[in-house]
Amino acid sequence: MHIRFCFIFLVATCLSVNGFCQNYMTKTGFIGFYSKTSLEDIKAENNQVYAVLDPASHHLAFAVLLKGFIFTKELMQEHFNENYVESDKFPKATFSGVCSGDMDLNKEGTYQIVIKGDLTLHGVTKAIETTAQLDVKKDHIKGTSAFKLKPEDFNITIPSIVRDKISSEMSVKVQIDLTRSN
Amino acid sequence: MNTRKIFLSLILFISVFRSAAQDSLLKSLNNSMSSAANTGYVTGTFKALYIVNMKTIEAPAAGALNVEIQHRFGTINTGAYNLWGLDFATLRLGLDYGISDRFSVGIGRSSYLQTFDGYLKYKLLRQTDQSMRVPVSVSLLGTSSYFTNHAPLGDNAQISSSSRFNYTFQMLIARKFSSRFSFELTPTFIHYNMVTAPDNNNVFALAGGARMKITKRMAITAEYNYLFPNQLVSPLDPPRSNSLSFGWDIETGGHVFQLVFTNSQSMIESQYIGQTAGTWGKGYVYFGFNISRNFNLKPHDKPKA
Repeated sequence: MHIRFCFIFLVATCLSVNGFCQNYMTKTGFIGFYSKTSLEDIKAENNQVYAVLDPASHHLAFAVLLKGFIFTKELMQEHFNENYVESDKFPKATFSGVCSGDMDLNKEGTYQIVIKGDLTLHGVTKAIETTAQLDVKKDHIKGTSAFKLKPEDFNITIPSIVRDKISSEMSVKVQIDLTRSN
Repeated sequence: MNTRKIFLSLILFISVFRSAAQDSLLKSLNNSMSSAANTGYVTGTFKALYIVNMKTIEAPAAGALNVEIQHRFGTINTGAYNLWGLDFATLRLGLDYGISDRFSVGIGRSSYLQTFDGYLKYKLLRQTDQSMRVPVSVSLLGTSSYFTNHAPLGDNAQISSSSRFNYTFQMLIARKFSSRFSFELTPTFIHYNMVTAPDNNNVFALAGGARMKITKRMAITAEYNYLFPNQLVSPLDPPRSNSLSFGWDIETGGHVFQLVFTNSQSMIESQYIGQTAGTWGKGYVYFGFNISRNFNLKPHDKPKA
């Protein structure tokens, strides 16, 4: 009898792990990256960014298909996929990390936070840290962040002939609007 | 004893489940993403609009203009006096423009028989990623050419203008087998408005071309245009031959340079498929190059759909 009780308790705990899975999620987040040089401006934007936030643990994850980045020049887009990020070999960029700072995700308000975690791009994983802003509303959380990335850090080489046209640091902008999922 | 085992394994199961929960955020994203996306089109089957002389399935994007300069020196077997052909030149200047991402037009003028040419190309099918729903890309191509040379092919000084038109219809079928290797097969129909008896006016050919990338930005290419026998039999000097070409593609940003060796002097379908004279074996090989430069006349900010 005692064991049977424990058994039921355990099964209930098991289920509750699923039951608590009230994450905030989006499939239409935005990531853009920008490079400005005197010779060429590069703008690439993606509106199909997947992101999820666990409000209990403050864990955060992103995944994005590199082929979804739309460039103003189609040829750049082809070169980006073919020669730089090699999206047939490495189709996604992902981020997994944790938010820290003064925040209460159950309370409406605006919070300035710090996000730390691992960014994986072109088969290379690198620890990054950036500041971000969270706007907590009823049933959804908006997040924005901006930071810089160096292609070299991700083993993306830029040939000398176009070196002057591509900035050594890309400005990255992230905007997500997460809604509560069950 | 047995119940205790179940009990322990359940505890183990829960502890694994709990610790995995942190990583599982990313995993759940990856899972929902891979079920949603697998419908992308394969891009970059070929670097340029031409393998050497053959057109590829590729086309300029909507609003993009491609400027093409194709140059062939003389044949290598003309010897040292002419610096192995470098004293001679045949040139084609071309413009290719994307009306939409699928439909493009091109015009050109080449010095071989003072020929003008124009084409329409439509991307009918596009190879898709991974899922194999569409295994090949197919483009339809119609080309017409009009030579204005005063006395071509002998003494026919008076040729009516309608006789100066030739038409080519091609189905370009290509598959990118890997990021490095692509192959294109092209069934071809040519109509010559004027031929020398007893040649056929309607001619069938089959062309095949391939590219193999050797680095991210360089590739080796080859193409062969097979003209089915007994269609064009009038003698040429040197004798008529199938067109065989090799190239080396070098891509630098908006440019593609192609260094080529071919036994065809012309760069227009009806001419290089039907009127190539002289074989590789006898040294009738033209060295040359294609240079293309891409210009964006309109911004491209919608997905390539």
